[in-house]
Amino acid sequence: MSNSSQKQSWWNNARYRSLFFQVLLVGMLVGFFWFIGSNTLANLDKRGISTGFGFLSLKAGFGILQSLIPFSEADSFGRTFLVGLLNTLLVSVLGIFFATIIGFTIGVARLSNNWLISKLAGVYVEMFRNIPLLLQIFFWYFAVLRALPSPKQSWKAADLAFLNIRGMYLPRPVFGDSFSFVAWTFVLAIVATLFIRRWARKRQDDTGQQFNLWGTGIGLIVALPLLVYFVVGSPLSWDIPKLQGFNFRGGVTVIPELTALLVALSVYTATFIAEAVRSGILAVNSGQTEAASALGLHKNKVLKLVVIPQAMRVIIPQLTSQYLNLVKNSSLATAIGYPDLVAVFAGTTLNQTGQAIEIIAMTMGVYLFISLTISGVMNWYNKKIMLVER
Amino acid sequence: MTVHVTSPSPSLPPPSSSVGVVGWLRKNLFSSVVNSIFTLAGLYLLYTLVPPAVNWALFQADWIGTTRDACTSDGACWVFVGVRIKQFLFGFYPPSEYWRVVTAFSLIGLLVAWLLIDRTPKKSLVGAFTIFCYPVIAYFLFYGGAFGLPVVETYKWGGLMLTLILATTGMFFSFPIGIVLALGRRSSMPIAKSISVVFIEFWRGVPLITVLFMSSVMLPMFIPENMQIDKLLRAMIGIIFFQSAYMAEVVRGGLQAIPRGQNEAAEALGLSYWKSTGLIVLPQALKLVIPGIVNTFIALFKDTTLVLIIGLFDLLAVVQAAFADPKWLGFSVEGYVFVASVYWVSCFSMSRYSQHLEKKLHTGHAR
Repeated sequence: MSNSSQKQSWWNNARYRSLFFQVLLVGMLVGFFWFIGSNTLANLDKRGISTGFGFLSLKAGFGILQSLIPFSEADSFGRTFLVGLLNTLLVSVLGIFFATIIGFTIGVARLSNNWLISKLAGVYVEMFRNIPLLLQIFFWYFAVLRALPSPKQSWKAADLAFLNIRGMYLPRPVFGDSFSFVAWTFVLAIVATLFIRRWARKRQDDTGQQFNLWGTGIGLIVALPLLVYFVVGSPLSWDIPKLQGFNFRGGVTVIPELTALLVALSVYTATFIAEAVRSGILAVNSGQTEAASALGLHKNKVLKLVVIPQAMRVIIPQLTSQYLNLVKNSSLATAIGYPDLVAVFAGTTLNQTGQAIEIIAMTMGVYLFISLTISGVMNWYNKKIMLVER
Repeated sequence: MTVHVTSPSPSLPPPSSSVGVVGWLRKNLFSSVVNSIFTLAGLYLLYTLVPPAVNWALFQADWIGTTRDACTSDGACWVFVGVRIKQFLFGFYPPSEYWRVVTAFSLIGLLVAWLLIDRTPKKSLVGAFTIFCYPVIAYFLFYGGAFGLPVVETYKWGGLMLTLILATTGMFFSFPIGIVLALGRRSSMPIAKSISVVFIEFWRGVPLITVLFMSSVMLPMFIPENMQIDKLLRAMIGIIFFQSAYMAEVVRGGLQAIPRGQNEAAEALGLSYWKSTGLIVLPQALKLVIPGIVNTFIALFKDTTLVLIIGLFDLLAVVQAAFADPKWLGFSVEGYVFVASVYWVSCFSMSRYSQHLEKKLHTGHAR
């Protein structure tokens, strides 16, 4: 090898090389997009499809099984997008709620010192994690919910809630005018508890005296609104579903599609959450627990002050990615006809309008937005809780 | 002075309640009141679930027969699965050509087993054959059109065969793309890096269904009008892109775990980028992430069921379609249990294998 001060041919220079390579890459990329762009325009032209988002204001002309906002056939395609989006968010939020509860329970149960309980939890995880989600959705929808009795022979819980082949019927709360007092008391109680917590922490730092925050907090948040509730004259009644003719009237109807999707999503995602919880708790060095006990902390305090904060550092990133997976997996709704974003918008609306590119782009955009936002928040959180190593 | 010699008296045996079966039960199942309650509740749960399920699936089930009249007992009617098993495995592939599918899968099974089992000779030769020759052989076996094999159009492919083809092709092609993307993401070239980041984050941010929808409705618009892309191929392209992004992140995890010194040492020896990457960094990184790769393969294997939404007949779709046969109405539970057990056995054994690998490959890099 010659020494570096000698003239180096330019094609061996790392800077030129990387520049050349990147220019080539950009060229290829531009060429690729130009190729598909021109093809698309030519194809659209041939099929007589006009591009643009004008179709969003056209009349939809089809009904949707479940809608959180008023929707009729006379509404626009733009509104179908909104209805689908809200349905996706509904099933995602409910799914996250149930999956978290089941997941944490199973995850903790797997670490139980009770042999039977930990084995049962292990069986649950291994069983549901290794079966495709779509199959589970189909199973709940076609094999379980379709086998339910007709409305007349509904399964009932104390004549308040009913379950039959048409869906699940639950009592619906009807709020009286003065219920707003109760709601406001509740909000005020939460704010007050937060202030008390700050004061109690400061006092403990200054004087070492502890304050029973739990008792006070529960008293404020639960008991006070209850008291107000009875003082203003119980302004809450329940609209209970009643069998009229062949079907139930009143109450809240949960369509079987939603039930099946929700059960499958929660059960499936819970297995991954349980694993996250287990690995998080196991990641806390046993020396930490021992040191805390050696300091004389009570068992509950060890858990609350030492184990959980450190386990959370491991659990939360995994938990978020499971939540994201759940939101993305909720798109499987389309297979059983639950009207989520993909089923309504990328399905029916696409078929009616033929605006494939705009619709798929909008649908993907929504999921991309949710994913990127959550992972952005996650990165920020990870930086915040990252161990500061000396 | 007298010397007291104190010899310890022999230790007593532990109390009978703390050893043996009783001791184990007391320690693991009935250590406290709460634990006892949990144990009893668990036993009750087992009692209500397991005997009826086993009775249904095994003891009261009907196994032999050709029509639904053979199903007389209360249990499962496995006759339904038995009668249609060929369709569940091969879809609508012509029965006279089944041997081709069997040959192709046996061959890959043999090759993979050869590569996975320790102490088999000529691994690199067999590996090269698997990577370069096997895909060609498999293509001609499945599709035909040469060597006197009649063409079998892809719409006739289905069942477990299609599921396996989708999963393995997805894996096969996404692996190299994933490596390139992972290297791109760690590259010092800003443009290569940003292209990789955008590609990876885009595909990871959207659900597979939208990807499949995109490949089935948008892809035909992206290509010149006189060109036709087969429906199966379209789905494969979507799956490969999707999978590459996940693979890239797995590989990146491995690359990050390799200490910087490895790369610097390679550079100090005068190795070029490609040589230091290909000979020093990548082999170590890939070895680290083999369990992760197996896990993404499991995820892909489960995700292939989604192709039924765009009208391909994978295992689940074929079984689902069989429920509509008027001669066999009402056997959906049997069908689902069959599919579930196929998936469960495959995924569970793969995940056990990846755990085994994780232990075996535990080299010095992880702290």
